[in-house]
Amino acid sequence: MPKTWRNHTLCAYAMVVLAFLYFPLLILALYSFNESRINAMWTGFTWDWYLSLFHNRRVLEALYNSLLVACISTVVSTSLGTIAAIALNKYKYKFQNAINGLLYLPILIPEIVMGLSLLVLFSQAQIPLGKTTLILAHITFCVSFVVITVSTRLEGMRPELEQAAMDLYATPFQTFRYITLPMAMPGIVAGALIAFTLSIDDFIISFFVAGPSSTTLPLYIYAMVKRGISPEINALSTLLMLSTISLVVLAQILQPQHTSKKED
Amino acid sequence: MKNGKLMVAPTVLWLSFFFVIPLLIVVAVSFASRTPYGQVIFDFTLNNYQRFFEPLYLSIFAYTLGVALLTTVFTIILGYPLAYFIAQLPKKWQQPGLILVMIPFWINFLIRSYAWVIILRTRGLANTFLLEMGWIDLPMQFLYNETAVIIGMVYALLPFMVLPIYVSLEQFDRRLLEAASDLGASPFTAFRKITLPLTLPGIAAGTILVFISSLGMFVVPDVMGGAKSALVGNLIQNQFLAARDWPFGSALSIILAIMALVLIVLYYKALSAQKGGKADAKDLA
Repeated sequence: MPKTWRNHTLCAYAMVVLAFLYFPLLILALYSFNESRINAMWTGFTWDWYLSLFHNRRVLEALYNSLLVACISTVVSTSLGTIAAIALNKYKYKFQNAINGLLYLPILIPEIVMGLSLLVLFSQAQIPLGKTTLILAHITFCVSFVVITVSTRLEGMRPELEQAAMDLYATPFQTFRYITLPMAMPGIVAGALIAFTLSIDDFIISFFVAGPSSTTLPLYIYAMVKRGISPEINALSTLLMLSTISLVVLAQILQPQHTSKKED
Repeated sequence: MKNGKLMVAPTVLWLSFFFVIPLLIVVAVSFASRTPYGQVIFDFTLNNYQRFFEPLYLSIFAYTLGVALLTTVFTIILGYPLAYFIAQLPKKWQQPGLILVMIPFWINFLIRSYAWVIILRTRGLANTFLLEMGWIDLPMQFLYNETAVIIGMVYALLPFMVLPIYVSLEQFDRRLLEAASDLGASPFTAFRKITLPLTLPGIAAGTILVFISSLGMFVVPDVMGGAKSALVGNLIQNQFLAARDWPFGSALSIILAIMALVLIVLYYKALSAQKGGKADAKDLA
């Protein structure tokens, strides 16, 4: 087999797989602009479904809940995760393996198990399901991702700068404030973006720990999907997709180029 | 910052309280029983684990394992060439290529399954197309069966396979292939004897990720599958939200979590064994 022929086959195959990944999403977005409510036939372009979303009180309420939960979870999980990552980068711990296990396990365990275990905790502690339980749960699954993202950035940093600052009589706090923190900042921002994305997009864990008054956008979409197909679902999903994509691309740009970290 | 070492404490405490303790309570609930109204009574019983061995539940577990296996195989078939393609692109194109694979990974399973519903439903895109072309007379039933669930799962989990394989291909020393070719190996032989074995850790990592995610999946079957295509995830979801049999649901999820952890441990064992093999291959080259 000549080399170019093989390359073309590989390229074509890869394009087909990429098309498989994107075709359904494009169709979903495309049909959010279709005039017809039920048919798959294209009958004309319309913004109606988007407009009707903005007049729907329950959608706006879900949007408010999603943003509130995502903002608080992001601030808390980024703070917790960042200081943990800095400490882990600087010190050796006696129970290093146990700490690492504790940090990685929430990512590895099936999401459904994490969701229902939190539901069991809240019900045993008699905390009513609502925005508070939602926020507590979201912080829990975001924090590991923040630790990993910030750690990746810190590992790429040279310790000489901190040492130089100390040699020049900077206090530990000054060293932290003027050297460590600014240098870690791209990692922290990337971590915060990832936490925000995970929170705003989460369905599985929220499904278990949300109460009737704390419906988020993904939960609202689920309720709509269960009632049947409608172009409003497409419109809402498209908006959620667009915000996820922009956040992830932004986080990718900010992140250091250690792609192999998560899989190792 | 004298107590800098303690900076890790808030996160450790948080995860202990909201991750470890809830899991321990689930373990406790899995040995409990319940009142007819769904109240959990903490006595000690093995009933919930015994029920797992009833034919109905065993068959759901077996079915889930089958679906997970098929999903894994298809994600390898689709994902390996894509990862290979991205890894051999010029360096500056690799990052955008990866981002393209990553993006669907961040969009939740619910939206991605719904996208397939639009295509596959009775009055969906596929049927409309086939009817318009005159290839079929009546709409076909694409949704709510096993095929639909497999399509949805492969679609949802494909990025989990591509990323680790890409990582192993990226670390792979291409000079080995040149050496093989110089020694007269055909491209196929070189792939089979060098590339494939050396990227096996990537395939294994992808397999673990896809397999574990398939085992716990409930969104895709919930949206795209029918009553007969329920997986363990749906069974658990049902125990917690509809049947209100939390002890049985807890036992099922403990079994699920243990299966997942065993797979991860096996993977790390295999990986450290592989690392030895890798060094040998490098020495030979």
